[in-house]
Amino acid sequence: MNTPKTAARRRAITVRGLAVLIGATALTGCVQIETPDKPIEINLNINIRQEVVYRLDGDAKKLIEQNSEIF
Amino acid sequence: MTGNDMMRFKMWKPTGLALAAIAATAAVALAVPSAMAQRDPAYAAARAAGQIGEQPDGYLGFASTPTPAIRALVQDLNIKRKAAYTERAQATGSTVEQFAFTSGCNLIANTKPGEKYQAPDGRWLTRDGSPPVRNASCP
Repeated sequence: MNTPKTAARRRAITVRGLAVLIGATALTGCVQIETPDKPIEINLNINIRQEVVYRLDGDAKKLIEQNSEIF
Repeated sequence: MTGNDMMRFKMWKPTGLALAAIAATAAVALAVPSAMAQRDPAYAAARAAGQIGEQPDGYLGFASTPTPAIRALVQDLNIKRKAAYTERAQATGSTVEQFAFTSGCNLIANTKPGEKYQAPDGRWLTRDGSPPVRNASCP
């Protein structure tokens, strides 16, 4: 009578332990996502700007060449 | 086609050709001097003397306190530059600032030794034999 009760209690403890572990993992996951949020945003801005500059470079060179009196 | 229309057609054809010829001549006459045009001597002198220089934003700036004549000269050139940047920005689907900045990257790269340019931190530097200090976004 006593043995099955202990087994059930043990199982309950294991389940609770697992839930705590999963919860802790989920928490660390959340923190990890939030921390690099700012640097990623800055990097994207630089990339977009550089991409635009590279796209316009040929046109800018042509403009300078064709209007040498103002440059 | 009525006689009247015929007459109009006959009269129009040579006129059209003549107009095309005039337009072509005008286009050549306009294109050649603009491509060959040189800097105004006062501008060239102020540049060579290091009184004015290229800024990272694509416009001219004062490396030292300018005389009223130099200030007026730079303002005039910067207005013309802005008009040119605006036209090209519209044609390339970019903003005036983006096109001006890209031009600034090139204009600083094109400076000759002895000429002044502004570094991204705002300091006015004199170009020497080494590559100029430019914004990290420059190609």
